[in-house]
Amino acid sequence: MSAPATTPTREYLKPPVTEVGVIGWLHANLFNSWFNSILTIVMLLVLWQLVPPFFSWAFIDSVWNSPAEACRDIDGACWSVIPQNISFIVFGFFPDGQQWRPGIAMLLLIALVIYSKDRKHWKKSLGVYWLVGLIVMGTLMYGGVFGMPVVETDQWSGLPLTFMLALFGMVAAYPLGVMLALGRRSKMPAIKTLCVIYIEMIRGVPLISLLFMSSVMFPLFLPEGVTIDKVLRAQVAIIMFTAAYIAEVVRGGLQAMPRGQFEAADSLGLNYNQTMRLIILPQALKIVIPPSLGILLSAFKDTSLVVIIALYDVLKTTKVTLSNPKWTGYSTEAYIALAIFYFICCYAMSSYSRKLEKALHTGR
Amino acid sequence: MNETEIQTAVTPAEGPIIEVNSMHKWYGDFHVLSDINLKVKLKERIVICGPSGSGKSTLIRCINRLEEHQRGQIIVNGTELTNDIKNIEKVRTEVGMVFQHFNLFPHLTILDNLTLGPIWVRKTPKKEAEETAMMYLEKVHIAEQAQKFPGQLSGGQQQRVAIARSLCMKPKVMLFDEPTSALDPEMIKEVLDVMIDLAEEGMTMLVVTHEMGFAKSVADRVMFMDAGQIVEQNSPHDFFDNPQNERTKLFLSQIL
Repeated sequence: MSAPATTPTREYLKPPVTEVGVIGWLHANLFNSWFNSILTIVMLLVLWQLVPPFFSWAFIDSVWNSPAEACRDIDGACWSVIPQNISFIVFGFFPDGQQWRPGIAMLLLIALVIYSKDRKHWKKSLGVYWLVGLIVMGTLMYGGVFGMPVVETDQWSGLPLTFMLALFGMVAAYPLGVMLALGRRSKMPAIKTLCVIYIEMIRGVPLISLLFMSSVMFPLFLPEGVTIDKVLRAQVAIIMFTAAYIAEVVRGGLQAMPRGQFEAADSLGLNYNQTMRLIILPQALKIVIPPSLGILLSAFKDTSLVVIIALYDVLKTTKVTLSNPKWTGYSTEAYIALAIFYFICCYAMSSYSRKLEKALHTGR
Repeated sequence: MNETEIQTAVTPAEGPIIEVNSMHKWYGDFHVLSDINLKVKLKERIVICGPSGSGKSTLIRCINRLEEHQRGQIIVNGTELTNDIKNIEKVRTEVGMVFQHFNLFPHLTILDNLTLGPIWVRKTPKKEAEETAMMYLEKVHIAEQAQKFPGQLSGGQQQRVAIARSLCMKPKVMLFDEPTSALDPEMIKEVLDVMIDLAEEGMTMLVVTHEMGFAKSVADRVMFMDAGQIVEQNSPHDFFDNPQNERTKLFLSQIL
């Protein structure tokens, strides 16, 4: 009889420390060659020099909401420049007791925007809500009814002005840009020439010069005593400027459409409007979401240029706060806070656009 | 004859459904179609074959005005094709087209692809359009894919959907521009079967194809084109067994 077979014992060793886990990752990614290893060490030294001092300046030694005098005694950041002046930075020259009005108007605007994000809400009722919302916002800002004193548009400033110029600018410029793009591709010479002239002239000048022209030149052509509201002029300049850029981006999208799509639509008997609305534009606009978003982000940030025509958007109100001798010298903190504000708004738009692209990626 | 005389002389019930008289077409300086004369009767099935560049696709694309002709007349269902957009749209409603590369609308479901034409051009109510669409989808054996998107279907399935899409407009004539040239052999059969069913039900068809088996089994007439001219046309039996023209003989010897 043979002895029962036994499986030979073997040692189960641990894998070498430098190949697995955190150390393994470091080994593979940061220290995998001489050059990379030296680069890693240099970067670590740079970060060591920069990050701890910044951290202690920004968070450890800083004050967050104290009067200006307290700021002079500390080494750290004086973030109080924002909270102490918040009502001027946000509302600008809007009369003190009435600042609840632009506050509510802004919240209403933000609420409408958030509501419109969800594509399930894109029905006729959305248009109605926006119309009602706009009327309410306009009434709140301007006043004159229900005992609210009138506040002229040249006192509208700060955050409400920035949001208003940006939002209405984007919403009006997009359809105008699409029409310009279609017009530029038209076979009718008059329409095509007009669109080309518009696009090339507007693209040839900086926005700041358009704002300047709208503010200085335009009133010269109007009859004596007739003035067009300054905020309206700035708004129109922003719309016209953004539309020209949107037009070219959309035209690129239209050019990318395969000819077969046009031919299939034609062979079914669809006319021009139906072909564009049902077949071509849905596909073309989807393709150009990335560059369109870039243009809209620029439009949002370009609202800060209205300072040239003496309109006080949120950037200018921040600047004015800093010109107060109490708060001069804390511009770093103020501008960092402002940059964070712009970043949050732009990032919200970017991430929405990413989600939109993902949702529209149906079947392709 | 002037235009009004032509329109009263040819009525869809009796005269040819498509009439091409002395048609010439140029691409710039290049004379691509030369003196084309063609009469297509209702329920007639014509297969057009020929080498590349012979103008066969251009010819059928002139019939639904995807291309313009510069001389001669094309009259479809009693309407002459001119620059008048109303005439063009009238003709396109009655003429369906199936393309080599399917040209389905990728952003719409299969069902929406089919109902788009009837709803927006014929102003059919949505429910009725959807019923018709499902009926034609069942006819091409693809009803279960109605809610999918074109990108999720194979080539053969997409082409069958394209055929169903044209059929939903209830056209009098169907034009096929090399419908199976972009498909692999197994898919070619499923599409040809659908086309044969269609032919047997009496649809007037003009088919540009290299599928000679289809021509032999279903065509009333086979036309050979070369260098922009109709070289020979005959019944399939006479065309394949007894070609008259040297050029036709050369072509047939290479393709069969």
